Amino acid sequence: MNSAAADGQVPHHESELIVRTRDVAKTYVLGEHVVRALDGVSLDVHRGEYVSIMGPSGSGKSTLFNVIGGLDKPDKGSVYINEVDIAQLTPSELAFLRCHTIGYIFQTFNLIQVRTALENVTLPMLFAGMNAEEADEKGAQLLDAVGLGERLHHRPTELSGGQQQRVAIARALANAPAILLADEPTGNLDLRTGKEIIELLRRLNDERGVTIISATHDLKMLDVSDRIVYIRDGQIAKIETRGDLELSLGSVEGIGEEKW
Amino acid sequence: MSSTKRKPTMLEIAFAQAVKSIYVRFWRQVAAALGVVLGIAFFASVRTSQALTHLAPSGTADAEWATRLNWLSALSLVMCLVGISNSMLMSVTERYREIGTLKCLGASDRFVVFVFFLEALVLGVLASLVGTILGIGVAIGARAISDSVPDAPDVILAALRVGGISMLVGVALTVVASVLPAMQAARMPAAAALRVEV
Repeated sequence: MNSAAADGQVPHHESELIVRTRDVAKTYVLGEHVVRALDGVSLDVHRGEYVSIMGPSGSGKSTLFNVIGGLDKPDKGSVYINEVDIAQLTPSELAFLRCHTIGYIFQTFNLIQVRTALENVTLPMLFAGMNAEEADEKGAQLLDAVGLGERLHHRPTELSGGQQQRVAIARALANAPAILLADEPTGNLDLRTGKEIIELLRRLNDERGVTIISATHDLKMLDVSDRIVYIRDGQIAKIETRGDLELSLGSVEGIGEEKW
Repeated sequence: MSSTKRKPTMLEIAFAQAVKSIYVRFWRQVAAALGVVLGIAFFASVRTSQALTHLAPSGTADAEWATRLNWLSALSLVMCLVGISNSMLMSVTERYREIGTLKCLGASDRFVVFVFFLEALVLGVLASLVGTILGIGVAIGARAISDSVPDAPDVILAALRVGGISMLVGVALTVVASVLPAMQAARMPAAAALRVEV
């Protein structure tokens, strides 16, 4: 059996493109209004990168998140994951992609309420065809890695918001995905808990080499991102790299220790 | 991997999920089941009194009464249909989010529908059984109070026939009313299912 843990330790290949969108457009009809959520977005994400998609609410960043994650179909343009055009995939191939290649984290955690923390984490593994004992073992390891080793058998309702988000992160990592997609992961959390979650994501990005793409308007994300993509009115307004940020925000503490 | 460890099949995962779902959402499920119980009880009671009238026309029974019972029987079927599909539709609709989440975790559309199918099957069988017994019991009881009950073997035979039909109607309606919206929810893009707020 292909060890999923080994896949998780893919080294950074900065040049390798893992996500590519080309001229992606998506419109919604809300009553009489036609909302142009995405209007020609072309974005490249390299393997191992930590990319934040910033923008005010209604800017289209959540739509971009959904389109990249194969949760929604764009009206125009294409999305490539590992150079595969996901529009060409059948529903079951798409389910396979969601199971193995992408992990999802949501603002509202979206844990399965009827399952315990461990059962939430193991569900994707069972979908992937892992046997139950192995899934339990690996699920416990993952929960331990996100700091919830003591709460394996708690139900979501017995956990705080920050703890639920940690379960969601462990669950997203279940099948050692190449990409972790996070939609406002700190949106429902207080300042301190949000910071902890961001640090956890950054650590997972460093340790496991998992590519993180996070839609957010949490400025705390700026510190940890390799690149920040600003979305406005469904278009990319500008892209800043970590280097640019350090120049413009040089006095903010915690950015780029090599400077100090 | 040792050969004693085996991978759970999709059916086992789905079944475990369905059982958990019924167990944890117990009172919500009871509320949904009550709709099925009442609908089937009404249907079964009308069908039973119809059968009893047919077996041994009682004093009040005449052609007009028989026609009226026919209408009542048809009406009870419609009531069943509306009641059951309403309660099942509600309980599926409030779980669109869960469906979207399951899909994000890699569940196939088929798995999602299968979970709902199993849940509805368990719910439908239990609720229809309770409703059928209740309905037949009430009808026979009412007849016993107002009039004489026909011979026991005939009544048992009639009750079994009515019970069979009632069970069939109840289970079929419950499953269809649950699986159809679940299929629709499973087929829509996961993002759309996640967006639905109830």
